[in-house]
Amino acid sequence: METSLDPGPPLLEVRGISKSFGAVRALQEVDFTLRAGEIHALLGENGAGKSTLIKVITGVFPRDAGVIRLGGEEVAPRSAKAALQAGIATVYQEVNLLPNLSVAQNLFLDRQPMRFGIVREGEMRRRAKALLAEFGLDIDVAAPLGNYSVAVQHVTAIARAIDLSARVLILDEPTASLDRHEVEILFGIMRQLAGRGIGIVFVSHFLDQVYEISDRITVLRNGRLVGERETASLPRLELIRMMLGRELAETTSTRASAGEHQAREVCASFENYGKAGYVAPFNLELRHGEVVGLAGLLGSGRTETARLVFGAERADRGQARVEGAPVRLQTPRDGVRHGFGYCPEERKTDGIVAELTVRENIVLALQAKRGLHRPLSRREQDEIAARYVRMLDIRPPDPERPVGLLSGGNQQKVLLARWLATSPRLLVLDEPTRGIDVGAHAEIIRLIRELCDDGLALLVISSELDEIVTYSDRVVVLRDRAHVEELTGEAIDVTNVLAAIAADGATLAHEGRA
Amino acid sequence: MTALLPRRGLAQIFALIVILAIDRAVSPQFFDLRLQDGRLFGSLIDVLNRGTPVALLSLGMVLVIATRGIDLSVGAVMAICGAIAASLADSHGLPVVLAAALGAGLVCGLWNGFLVAVLGMQPIVATLILMVAGRGIAQLITEGRIVTFSSPDLVWLGNGAILGLPVPVAIALGMLLLTGAVVRGSALGLLIEATGGNARASELAGVGTRAMILAVYVWCGVCAALAGVIAAADIMGADANNAGLWLELDAILAVVIGGTSLFGGRFSLVLAVLGALIIQTMNTGILLSGYPPEFNLLVKAVVVLAVLLLQSPKLSGLAGIATRLRGTKP
Amino acid sequence: MKGLPPVLITAIVLVAGFAACAAQFPNIASTRVVGNLLTDNAFLGIVATGMTFVIISGGIDLSVGSVIGFTTVFVALASERWGVPPLVAFVAILALSAAFGAAMGAVIHVFDLPPFIVTLAGMFLARGASFLLSTESVPITAPVYSTVSDFALRMPGGGRLTAIAIIMLAIVIGGALLLHLTRFGANVYALGGSRATAGLMGVAVGKMTVKIYMLSSLLAGLAGIVFSFYTSAGYSLSAVGVELDSIAAVVIGGTLLTGGQGSVIGTFLGVLIQGMIQTYINFDGTLSSWWTKIATGVLLFAFIALQQALVTLARRPVAKRAGAAS
Repeated sequence: METSLDPGPPLLEVRGISKSFGAVRALQEVDFTLRAGEIHALLGENGAGKSTLIKVITGVFPRDAGVIRLGGEEVAPRSAKAALQAGIATVYQEVNLLPNLSVAQNLFLDRQPMRFGIVREGEMRRRAKALLAEFGLDIDVAAPLGNYSVAVQHVTAIARAIDLSARVLILDEPTASLDRHEVEILFGIMRQLAGRGIGIVFVSHFLDQVYEISDRITVLRNGRLVGERETASLPRLELIRMMLGRELAETTSTRASAGEHQAREVCASFENYGKAGYVAPFNLELRHGEVVGLAGLLGSGRTETARLVFGAERADRGQARVEGAPVRLQTPRDGVRHGFGYCPEERKTDGIVAELTVRENIVLALQAKRGLHRPLSRREQDEIAARYVRMLDIRPPDPERPVGLLSGGNQQKVLLARWLATSPRLLVLDEPTRGIDVGAHAEIIRLIRELCDDGLALLVISSELDEIVTYSDRVVVLRDRAHVEELTGEAIDVTNVLAAIAADGATLAHEGRA
Repeated sequence: MTALLPRRGLAQIFALIVILAIDRAVSPQFFDLRLQDGRLFGSLIDVLNRGTPVALLSLGMVLVIATRGIDLSVGAVMAICGAIAASLADSHGLPVVLAAALGAGLVCGLWNGFLVAVLGMQPIVATLILMVAGRGIAQLITEGRIVTFSSPDLVWLGNGAILGLPVPVAIALGMLLLTGAVVRGSALGLLIEATGGNARASELAGVGTRAMILAVYVWCGVCAALAGVIAAADIMGADANNAGLWLELDAILAVVIGGTSLFGGRFSLVLAVLGALIIQTMNTGILLSGYPPEFNLLVKAVVVLAVLLLQSPKLSGLAGIATRLRGTKP
Repeated sequence: MKGLPPVLITAIVLVAGFAACAAQFPNIASTRVVGNLLTDNAFLGIVATGMTFVIISGGIDLSVGSVIGFTTVFVALASERWGVPPLVAFVAILALSAAFGAAMGAVIHVFDLPPFIVTLAGMFLARGASFLLSTESVPITAPVYSTVSDFALRMPGGGRLTAIAIIMLAIVIGGALLLHLTRFGANVYALGGSRATAGLMGVAVGKMTVKIYMLSSLLAGLAGIVFSFYTSAGYSLSAVGVELDSIAAVVIGGTLLTGGQGSVIGTFLGVLIQGMIQTYINFDGTLSSWWTKIATGVLLFAFIALQQALVTLARRPVAKRAGAAS
């Protein structure tokens, strides 16, 4: 895109935005600049603050500090609707249109052409067709939007936004469910819009696409701005380092050496385990007293691997073994029965039962494992709860407090306690340190080490590379929903992990087994 | 048994006391009790006796609602089971009659539970089917007549006395204790509350959420069956058209008054039964005060609205916090 | 969006059912029977039209049967006891019904409460109020009643298209036009798709909710007037359970109970199917009327199960997509 020599004020200027949720600082003094006619990629791992930044810009969340200027004018939208009226439109991955309405109705909802109180259906369709034609789309606009592919729905959402005279278009993971051809079409439309002077914010975890389409890149990590670069002059390795590495110090594993871990007994193993369209078949051995880290970018198949291992998702091929014996892991109950535990990434929706007490949340998995007929007496429950509240230093130390009232870090500890109470052999932790404050962060990492020393097998997912490198005995690197590399012992350092993540398709066949 | 006692029922107890006081003011003999032929009589006993069907229904309903469900079919299930009991009463012994009626209730509960837990239908939609068809089935059993019977055993069930208490009241009390023992004595209570509070998280913690949901609908069907048998025994006949009519609504109301949220989670059996008694105490009070019994509906409407507004997500405390927490997902 | 396939299924069920009835009782295939069927179900058709709007918008209205009951009593008392001209009473009761519905809609929106429970309270309230007015059946003798009852268009074959059947047909046609041709109708579908998204897209969700329940109650009031013509009486216990019949008609008509899809025409066909079952049972003579309920229940299950299957199929790609985020 040609940028004029005297750009004047940027189209969208965000300065010093901060936003906290309770004790968690989701955004700290973040700056972001979008020029007219540019495609600007906004990158970062889950929890880096991308969504929060978008929601602050579009008025969904009120901001704690900072200013937003649109075309030099300060704006303070209070709702997504107000942001849209100001000219900032967002298209989310799960398209926020109405699939049960026709394409034409979606484009013109609440502003249909009318005559004598009746919607001029023909006129509306004609206009809808003309509008979509601008984006190279020729479809039956009278059919329900839900009948069409996600790509068409995205284009419809973009067309609606542009027709509502949006100047800033935020596309949040628009390509996540599109095939290659559809991505091409979308990119064509994005270039065309940028050519018209519209500023586009492109959020994606597909780095290839980022390099293909974007002019500049802004990277966020842990709610802070890492940097803003021209895409053309930013090497891929450097970009991934910006996204994942906290500092560039070469941290190596403090864990057992390669020779030592071979001696340990295998706790659970997965041979050629996988599910079509979910994650490619993989081999994985988890040993007692060993931490295996799963590293990779967002969408690389980390959570998918974790869910398969635990039994939250059903594998369609391969064989799982626990202590050498073949087992079937088809439901979470199976996983629990075999002594597995799983702390999911989405604590609030998949982890805690907010209105139940700390005690009840802690004993839940143990009780489910014991079955209905062997209830834990209140005294046993109190003992278990008290033990783990003390051991994990859960605060406030009140087992009868509804867990929804605790901070994120303490909720995470409650979830850990829930599984520790079942005396598991394997714990799967998906982003255990996400969204919790610094103090709790260090404690969780200390806990992971202690648990491991007690003989537990751990499978840990984290976007914090230096963190994963510190506590892992082995690191499995994933890319494009496949396990591509396994690092052991001395080989575990941030540089190697980064290199494995960044390697492009050509090296996919690389022998990754240690 | 301490778990059975209400931990947060002060408002309900207070409401009951106020209504009782009003009843006493309206009818000075309200608290009078007398023993006659080994059975207690008096307005209070009357309240308990008449409140039995709704109390029984609310025992099942409260568990269903705790899982975020609802069962609209309990009135129709009452009619079906009452009809079965009445048709068999004069030809079979009480055990057979009870087994048949309760078995039918169990099957009805399984049907609802299957639709909700296995097919994944919305509870309100799933149970609507039996609500519509159930009365037809009941009439099929009674062949459209009001089936009367004279079996002394079944009549005793509706009008007899145990230790001075009317049998229905004793049964309701027994069911409360039984349900309480099963639910709080086993892990069922915790697992139901967890399922209603967050089904996804509970599933991931290894809770068999489908089995929980199936179980509560089955229990709800059994409770409704018992209520249907008692209602039939009370009038010595089964009226497929009117047995249990609108009682599903009273049962839901009782649960709501008992402080269990329609959005699932925490529940209290005792408070749900207390809710049923509050409704009946109001009904009786209105009757005693000389107002037409139809006035009940108006009072109920006002009570529903008042309780709803108190429970409204926009007004209530913890729910409000929960919403805020949910909104903080970065 | 117009939910064509389910409506087609409803139409096929109706035609096939009617053909089967006619094969057994050739007399059924006459304008006389059809005319009676329309007359007998006029009030149901009207109230089900209103229910269609509510259900498509993702709500439910349990109060309609009670509103009909209240209306019949109010109209009867007004013309017989209070000396109010029937036409004035009609206007008054329609205004009252509309206000009642608007109030329910406002409570649903403002306090964010489930429509099911709010309209349940409305159901108690309206039924209780009608009991307060009178617990007896009040015969209506106003001259306008006999005039209207006597009025009928002759159809070929000796059938009579009565005034109340004509009113019902007019409401069905008007309702269909309102739902499918106006901005209001589009917004009803939008609300049923997703209230949050509809709000984001500019629909005034609160106002729409109030209007939709207002419409439902207004039509229930009109159905009450029609019912009073049908029975020439006002009775506080009339139309008990009509909310269920109308919900059943709406669902059998192919409207999704969870909202977002459906049509007034489908609902009309659903009403006709229920009427047809009733007519068949009357003709048969040996079957009892409770078979209507069982047959309705079976149809209800069939349609709900069908829609469940369709929804599950439609969700499949979405489920796959949801797994895409790591």
